[in-house]
Amino acid sequence: MAMEITQVLLNAQSVDGNVRKHAEESLKQFQEQNLPGFLLSLSGELASEEKPVDSRKLAGLILKNALDAKEQHRKFELVQRWLSLDPNVKNQIKTCLLQTLSSTAPDARSTASQVIAKVAGIELPQKQWPELIGSLLSNIHQVPAHVKQATLETLGYMCEEVSPDVVDQDQVNKILTAVVQGMNASEANNDVRLAATRALYNALGFAQANFSNDMERDYIMRVVCEATLSPEVKIRQAAFECLVSISSTYYEKLAPYIQDIFNITAKAVKEDEEPVALQAIEFWSSICDEEIDILEEYGGDFTGDSDIPCFYFIKQALPALVPMLLETLLKQEEDQDQDEGAWNIAMAGGTCLGLVARTVGDDIVPLVMPFIEENITKPDWRQREAATYAFGSILEGPSPDKLTPTVNVALNFMLSALTKDPNNHVKDTTAWTLGRIFEFLHGSTVETQIITHANCQQIITVLLQSMKDVPNVAEKACGALYFLAQGYEDVGSSSPLTPFFQEIVQSLLTVTHRDDAGESRLRTAAYETLNEVVRCSTDETAPMVLQLVPVIMMELHQTLEGQKLSSDEREKQNELQGLLCGCLQVIIQKLGSSEPTKYVFMQYADQIMSLFLRVFACRSATVHEEAMLAIGALAYATGPDFAKYMQEFYKYLEMGLQNFEEYQVCAVTVGVVGDICRALEDKILPYCDGIMTQLLKDLSSNQLHRSVKPPIFSCFGDIALAIGENFEKYLMYAMPMLQSAAELSAHTSGADDEMTEYTNLLRNGILEAYSGIFQGFKNSPKTQLLMPYAPHILQFLDSIYMEKDMDDVVMKTAIGVLGDLADTLGSNAGSLIQQSLSSKDFLNECLSSDDHLIKESAEWAKLAISRAISTTEVISLQVVANSCISTMGSGTFGFWSEEVGSDGFAETGEECGINQGVTNCDDMKVHKRILSVTLGGNGGSGMTWRKLLVSDAELDYDYPGPNPKHDPRKGKPGGNSGKNA
Amino acid sequence: MKKYISKKMAPHDLRRPFKRPTISDQQRRRELTLLRQNQSRRDAQNHARFLASSVLALHDQSQSPEPISEPPIVELELATQDDSKPETVQHGELDVLQASKLGGAEARKWFAKQLMLPEWMIDVPDRFNQDWYVFSRPAGKRCFVVSSNGTTVSRLRNGSILHYFPSALPNGARTKDNSGSALSYSILDCIFHESDQTYYVIDMVCWRGYTLYDCTAEFRFFWLNSKLAETGACDSPSHYHKYRFSLVPVYNCEETGLLTVYRGATPYVKDGLLFYNKHAHYQTGNTPLTLAWKDENCSQYVIDTDSNGQIPSQQQVVLELQDDGKLITSDDPPVVFGCLDSDFIVKSGLRSGNLLRFAVSDGGLSFVDGKLEKADIQYLGKSNRARAFADSYSKVIFQYMVRHSPLRFEDLLATVSSSTTEANEPSDVDMPG
Repeated sequence: MAMEITQVLLNAQSVDGNVRKHAEESLKQFQEQNLPGFLLSLSGELASEEKPVDSRKLAGLILKNALDAKEQHRKFELVQRWLSLDPNVKNQIKTCLLQTLSSTAPDARSTASQVIAKVAGIELPQKQWPELIGSLLSNIHQVPAHVKQATLETLGYMCEEVSPDVVDQDQVNKILTAVVQGMNASEANNDVRLAATRALYNALGFAQANFSNDMERDYIMRVVCEATLSPEVKIRQAAFECLVSISSTYYEKLAPYIQDIFNITAKAVKEDEEPVALQAIEFWSSICDEEIDILEEYGGDFTGDSDIPCFYFIKQALPALVPMLLETLLKQEEDQDQDEGAWNIAMAGGTCLGLVARTVGDDIVPLVMPFIEENITKPDWRQREAATYAFGSILEGPSPDKLTPTVNVALNFMLSALTKDPNNHVKDTTAWTLGRIFEFLHGSTVETQIITHANCQQIITVLLQSMKDVPNVAEKACGALYFLAQGYEDVGSSSPLTPFFQEIVQSLLTVTHRDDAGESRLRTAAYETLNEVVRCSTDETAPMVLQLVPVIMMELHQTLEGQKLSSDEREKQNELQGLLCGCLQVIIQKLGSSEPTKYVFMQYADQIMSLFLRVFACRSATVHEEAMLAIGALAYATGPDFAKYMQEFYKYLEMGLQNFEEYQVCAVTVGVVGDICRALEDKILPYCDGIMTQLLKDLSSNQLHRSVKPPIFSCFGDIALAIGENFEKYLMYAMPMLQSAAELSAHTSGADDEMTEYTNLLRNGILEAYSGIFQGFKNSPKTQLLMPYAPHILQFLDSIYMEKDMDDVVMKTAIGVLGDLADTLGSNAGSLIQQSLSSKDFLNECLSSDDHLIKESAEWAKLAISRAISTTEVISLQVVANSCISTMGSGTFGFWSEEVGSDGFAETGEECGINQGVTNCDDMKVHKRILSVTLGGNGGSGMTWRKLLVSDAELDYDYPGPNPKHDPRKGKPGGNSGKNA
Repeated sequence: MKKYISKKMAPHDLRRPFKRPTISDQQRRRELTLLRQNQSRRDAQNHARFLASSVLALHDQSQSPEPISEPPIVELELATQDDSKPETVQHGELDVLQASKLGGAEARKWFAKQLMLPEWMIDVPDRFNQDWYVFSRPAGKRCFVVSSNGTTVSRLRNGSILHYFPSALPNGARTKDNSGSALSYSILDCIFHESDQTYYVIDMVCWRGYTLYDCTAEFRFFWLNSKLAETGACDSPSHYHKYRFSLVPVYNCEETGLLTVYRGATPYVKDGLLFYNKHAHYQTGNTPLTLAWKDENCSQYVIDTDSNGQIPSQQQVVLELQDDGKLITSDDPPVVFGCLDSDFIVKSGLRSGNLLRFAVSDGGLSFVDGKLEKADIQYLGKSNRARAFADSYSKVIFQYMVRHSPLRFEDLLATVSSSTTEANEPSDVDMPG
């Protein structure tokens, strides 16, 4: 067997496809037939010094893949599988792994490091493998440097895999001591020192306690700063990476070191090799990020409180920092604008300059203006481009008052440079700068308008002219036009763009047809600008927007007439369909928002819908997100008539709801279900069984991205509101789901900001579901079906109130639910409501809220409650009234006593009595059972959910923002990797 | 072997977006869509919460067993949607918004039925000092004031329009700062007092789309007091606020309260006193849970006058003629005062539903066991066309008492001061039979 696996592993890397395929097949069989044996063989292979490096390495990688996967659900399965293996087998494997760290083959050692970290990631949280860290640390003192290096690398990977809270502080101290010692200048071996520096990068998250201790922090900082001066470039780079990470993780501890760090970074930016210089600039960008966040928090809060004080490092460093960054701008690369992946010191410096401007505002302007004035007219394109880029960079941050005088002068210069400058790079940056001017200094919120009647025409002429330039310049010109249009968003009925509207639209369409429109994402930019021009159009130009409908429809039609396409061509065609559907979506939403244009637009509805259906049909497997978004807009505009499309459309709707992998598609489809509910109202009923089944499956799936789950709950509310009491049959499924999610989201103790934010989204979804269900059942004879759920819902409201961490949106929805409950259940729930905390303290708090929407909902709730309660009283009141009337009857004129007698209240009042309460309890038990089955029963439904909530957190990089890696603490969303990036 | 990617401890990627907007247009489209969907969801919910409930509230109130004549089925703009919402435009189920679009006679008929009408106090109710409020009624025209969609309309008891004007009430004028949904409306029960051109608000029926029909008087008065002034409706008239609104001070029905409303000075001319049961809901039409009372000290018009403003020598009553010739009051159920024979009806050209004027002759009204047994009345002619209703039983009796043995203010006062010591025993014991 041992012989055999070596050969199979080598064959799996063969250049011959058949051999490879056969080998992979054998590996798969082996794994399926005998997993423990398979894993043992792999670890044996990896540990064996006699085996070829290639087979050892692959053995290690397969082993690693047997422990971890990207998809959450798969990862969970693999973890469970490892934990359930025979302990003896696991021990043997672990022994092999540790042994491999001493191998003389670097690849074998490195692979083993990674596998050990994966095993540690599974076992340490379970309190297993307690001896791991001890045995690694004992390696540190071994003589052979390569063992020491491999051990440090393992510690680094391990720190990346496991969370700091599963390692004792005592062990953390030992790890840090070993790592920092390895980094020390006294360490002669560069490989060891590099491994230690990289390990520290991952271990920084473990060092909270150590950074709070002055002596220990001083020591760590000294070692890191010394490492930035190492003769070895990789060590210097890794050390700067540590500084970048420290800048965000331990911002508030930096004050004593900031002067030294400035000196070190300034030197690196000036003299060091580019990879090092880039990290040095990144340090300051990262400090800017921190201070912008802190200052934003100050600004948004009247008390001026923030968890972390602002140390104004940037403001203090400004006089030295700005010249350093301006210097970098002159180090452009020739063709960086054509290269999507380019990132150089000039780009990093300019980006940092922009961040500095956002951090300090007005103060940056006098420091940058002399540089601009000196360079902007120089014959060397580098100087002109650098000056322009500097100008563009500081447009966000300083006040319009400070910038407007300069911009007024610069505008003409820029317009002329965009047409006349001989250098493409300069023109690219000039067009970009014009876009920034329009983005930040033009629009209804800016007091002094820089675009006037006098220069508007010239600006548009220049931009349309530039759209014929090389693709990268044309793309920036489209971008500038985008922001120009956006500035006229709230202009009212008459826009300064009206006279040019036709010409602008025509020019943009021409751009989309350019042969080179595929370069520099020019076509995308042109359609996006067209979208914005449509969004910001007014009644005056509505006829022209209407004319655009058949034009875009024809374009979309042509993409559907495709012959046989290569996969490359199909991908391009797909992208184009997305752009066209997106454009139609914007047009539909625009024209649908006013009655007269909607009426005219409706003549196209049938044709557009059939085009969208064809777009779906030609993508056999998945639904196109853009087409789905457009259909939502169409349903909203069409109203009840949308029913005629449902039969054909339904399967794609279902397909969208099943799309776990592309969760954006699923999310968009859930939103469209809501649109259709509101459009069709009870005519959606025939499709509800299918939709509800799918939504319930989505909720119980741990494959689906968690961000889709809150909207699904809201969607329950949309459905209930549309179909009213017909929602009855879904209650037994939906209510337990809601209840279990409510229990989980009631408490957030110990959660970080991101988790709290998600929890609030979840609460809002749950509450919107309750609102819709209550309002849907209102005035139905079946309202009593909801009685059993009332106690729990009130309890949920009480507990989120007591938790004191809900945001305004949740507050508004929550107090609305209280009103809906009272409104629908009326006197039956009167006493329950009166007992709840929500009906008193929470309600009062909302009534005195500054938020208009919260107050509005609270007033409504107060009324609904007072009605519910007073109806309860009226039962007794009617008795009083009757008797008071009878008293009068005893006097002179007593005819009333017979006439005002019976009324319906008493009977209704009795119905909510004890027998309801009993069914209530029984029902809930049944529901719980159903729920645990639905959720897949992994150690109780609650557990699965909680796991899901927590473990998804790290996957949440999907809403693209600027910098994905930036904050290792919080895992902020970032990294614009979307297709339109 | 792309499948097995070995990780390297490589430098971390630090590229930031360069010359790019921070948000893609696609993301913007998604966000705008979400915004639209949230807005639609909010609208749908507000609609369910506010409008639907008042439609029903109004409907519930008017479910009297077939009154005088069925209001005709009204054709509205909404009628075009009949296939989708067949039940929205059934007669009698209109909400205020729909009703405000009605013209002429239909609107008058609809609004005429929306006011809560007090019965006349012919005996002091039990628990008078505990369960009742009192205030002095301003002299003037009772009307419904509806503010919605940028205008304010006041309609008299018979449904005809008194004023059409801008006001500071919610959505009462076309100003830009209207907070809240344009659909939301407010309804006030008012008396328009000519001499100071002021609407005195005596009750609140709907506020910003929230219906208060099924709230207790206690709550309605509380809400009225806390909400009205907030809007600026009580301010002096201005361009967007043509008439001033004013609150009427309301007291508990105790000795001091009664004395204050009876003797105290008011900015308006008094026309009797109104008594509201604290626990009663706003109920359209006649209700014994709101009572009116007056004497010469607090009203100029104690005894009804004729169309020339003269007090007729004999009490006059207006009754409604029915199919079978019976003459009935406006009460629900009605009280029969007598019967006209069919020859007379034909000869005089009268039809079922006509409101007819009678004089109470010397025989007067006679009662047996508290029930009207006999009424000696004499036909005078058809009533004024502006009349929408026959007299109520309590009004006839109150007027009769005023002329013969009035219920005096001292009697009211006496009940209040005595009843503090009196136990509130169940009154069945006293019932005669």
